[in-house]
Amino acid sequence: MKLTVRIWRQAGPKADGKLVAYPVDDVSPDMSFLELLDVLNQDLIAAGEEPVAFDHDCREGICGSCGVVINGQAHGPERTTSCQLHLRSFSDGDTIDVEPWRAKGFPIIKDLVVDRSALDRIVQAGGYITAPTGSAPDAHATPVPKPSADLAFDNATCIGCGACVAACPNGSAMLFTAAKVTHLSLLPQGEPERAQRVLDMVDTMDDEGFGGCTNTGECVGSCPKGIPFASIATLNREFLKASRTRR
Amino acid sequence: MYVEGNPIADTAAPQVPLEKRWDERKFTAKLVNPANRRKHRVIVVGTGLAGGSAGATLAEQGYHVVQFCFQDSPRRAHSVAAQGGINAAKNYRNDGDSTYRLFYDTVKGGDFRSRESNVYRLAQVSGQIIDQAVAQGVPFAREYGGLLDTRSFGGVQVQRTFYARGQTGQQLLIGAYQALSRQIDAGNVELHARTEMLDLIVVDGKARGIVARDLITGEITTHLADAVVLATGGYGNVFYLSTNAKGSNATAIWRAHKRGAYFANPCFTQIHPTCIPRSGEHQSKLTLMSESLRNDGRIWVPKRQSDTRPPQDIPEDERDYYLERQYPSFGNLVPRDIASRAAKNMCDAGYGVGPGGLGVYLDFADAIKRLGRPAIEARYGNLFDMYQRITAEDPYQVPMRIYPAIHYTMGGLWVDYDLQSTIPGLFVIGEANFSDHGANRLGASALMQGLADGYFVLPATLNDYLGGTKLDTIDAGREEVRNTEAQVRQRIEKLLNVKGKRSVDSFHRELGVLMWDYCGMSRTREGLTKALERIPELRAEFWRDVRILGSKDELNQELEKANRVADFLELAELLLIDALHREESCGGHFREEHQTPEGEAQRDDGNFAYVAAWEHGEIPVLHREELAFEHVHPTQRSYT
Repeated sequence: MKLTVRIWRQAGPKADGKLVAYPVDDVSPDMSFLELLDVLNQDLIAAGEEPVAFDHDCREGICGSCGVVINGQAHGPERTTSCQLHLRSFSDGDTIDVEPWRAKGFPIIKDLVVDRSALDRIVQAGGYITAPTGSAPDAHATPVPKPSADLAFDNATCIGCGACVAACPNGSAMLFTAAKVTHLSLLPQGEPERAQRVLDMVDTMDDEGFGGCTNTGECVGSCPKGIPFASIATLNREFLKASRTRR
Repeated sequence: MYVEGNPIADTAAPQVPLEKRWDERKFTAKLVNPANRRKHRVIVVGTGLAGGSAGATLAEQGYHVVQFCFQDSPRRAHSVAAQGGINAAKNYRNDGDSTYRLFYDTVKGGDFRSRESNVYRLAQVSGQIIDQAVAQGVPFAREYGGLLDTRSFGGVQVQRTFYARGQTGQQLLIGAYQALSRQIDAGNVELHARTEMLDLIVVDGKARGIVARDLITGEITTHLADAVVLATGGYGNVFYLSTNAKGSNATAIWRAHKRGAYFANPCFTQIHPTCIPRSGEHQSKLTLMSESLRNDGRIWVPKRQSDTRPPQDIPEDERDYYLERQYPSFGNLVPRDIASRAAKNMCDAGYGVGPGGLGVYLDFADAIKRLGRPAIEARYGNLFDMYQRITAEDPYQVPMRIYPAIHYTMGGLWVDYDLQSTIPGLFVIGEANFSDHGANRLGASALMQGLADGYFVLPATLNDYLGGTKLDTIDAGREEVRNTEAQVRQRIEKLLNVKGKRSVDSFHRELGVLMWDYCGMSRTREGLTKALERIPELRAEFWRDVRILGSKDELNQELEKANRVADFLELAELLLIDALHREESCGGHFREEHQTPEGEAQRDDGNFAYVAAWEHGEIPVLHREELAFEHVHPTQRSYT
């Protein structure tokens, strides 16, 4: 296959950025999207031009490192991560636009690399169950109904890639936060800190500059892990309940 | 090639009966008064299962933890990719499991090259790990009664593996990450993300800090502490193509090795049998399919050589279910080294399937017929989706194709029972150390070891070190600190000044091919010798001709890679020497010269029942740690 990729090049956080077109010849439909960038980078190095910076690590769709906007869609045309997108999703001769996640909460670092540490700070605000090491009761002492465990798992599979934020017209982190709140609220273990958790997480989300949720649903459409839309309703419900007792 | 040094021994394990050693060690370990703990700074490098759990636990105890990871978030450590599950001797199934049986299986599965005391402790704390993870909200699979579900894994005959669909590593890591996040918020952990350790600072013979590079700004910084913990994972990427994440590297442990930490058993590399075969020259990494698939999938090849018919056109009686045939009592669930070698043998003999004949079938047709598609979807859905995404084939319709790949490194820095390296104050946990897996790692035991080390073992032994060691106050002006930092800066300058023609990746790929061909699934004296001739040349070429564009004062991913590949080029040589000197076959190390008439690995317990601990020098120095097997007597491993 022959493709043309137009990639967002930006030397640093304060520099101006622009889309630059690069032809890439001789790629195979079995290659992953990131392998396309690898090939391009080898070409650029040979030509003495700086390679494109992009985040990636596991290349198995689970670490959540990779993520770029491809032809206007977070992670591109398939419902998966950028690393698991393959060139067979494109046609020979296509021109593909590649841009970084764009959101107020995710400042650009260089080229396609953005700073997603705000998501970590939302978790740090309360996305955990307080369980000091070494004092846990036997695991079978706390049965969890299978449907709850399954739904908790579905939400716990969020990889924190930030596609939901990038896809949202408001740059909102609602789906990310909703996944964590829903996961933990379904389990008996975290019950005592349930209200404080959601209040602290939502406050941090607002402080970090993420926008509000208007139920557009773009987040769900771009989520590679299929976090359910209903989780946002759970977050709203948990938040309203907790707000009534906010001290 | 190497010289012999003095023997080495683990003097930290108490001389009491096996069952009592860990309790005894915990009791005799010195404690640090809670009010004094916050005066101690502890550096933890890496945030995977071992590092994340260690950082969280040490901070809970009251230590001031300074934590590092090269990823943008601790949640992205490669432990996140582990699929299948975590073992624990809880005997919830009442199928005869016990601490002793988990210990026994692990020592045998490791081909009698691990330490009994360490493995017994691992089995002892395994149950507590599950309790801890459940308390943190890790959503393990459950049965309708609300109790935890389990499944079985290769090399064992009980069901002791706890799992969260095919994403057990992810869920356990998120649990540790959340515990760590709680401590970050509380101010007990100072997190440096996107920061890479580039050297170890040793003062008066003790590990006292690290030199690191901020990957965004390029700033070189020194961080001082009372102890340093390395939890930086394995070095499988020395082979370029592996199931490791692209960023996984050996730099932290290699630089520590060059500062005096012994490197143990580097040649013990695990080849995982169920990997998706590579599709072409462009391949950047390999993707594993969980070993749990072997619970329900049947492995076969056509009975006829070079049979190119599509699998559905090959009738039952023209298929060879070779694992079930050769190992009737374990069948498709034989340990990884056995399954991998069997697949290679079939392919080498011309029975392989798929492009280049480098693949065997993993077939779910029987399981789908027996259990129904929904049951298979529930058990392995995400793995099937992943396979389909990568290969564009639907494994519900046609069998998967699998081939062995480099997965996990059992070797690593040498540690004693306290997980302390040969440099006092330098502790090494998880895959980065060598301790518990022997020559082969059984399935679902890496997660167990990472968390055992981080949550339960290290926190006890580190107390002993800090409580029992007199540590001088040091500052950044100390000569050792300044020198180490200067050397890191010089090296980076040197890399950037080569200004050659070849990309870092081209060197890494060449190294990888060399290692896979001559030091992969099977090894010969001839091949290893050949590779040992080529490596120094390749290393020289690297330092003469590598091309790194951009500057050191910015995000520069080529510079990051070059730094790591330079280390792989050195480590590769030690790995080859280790493989060459070990004149036996065991676990992941298969020397063709040493096999039974049936083609199985032929161990030589008389001469090689030791840990090879290498000291760095002009020429590597071999220190042997003799292994004693008082409880599990070495036998030819048999899975028939």
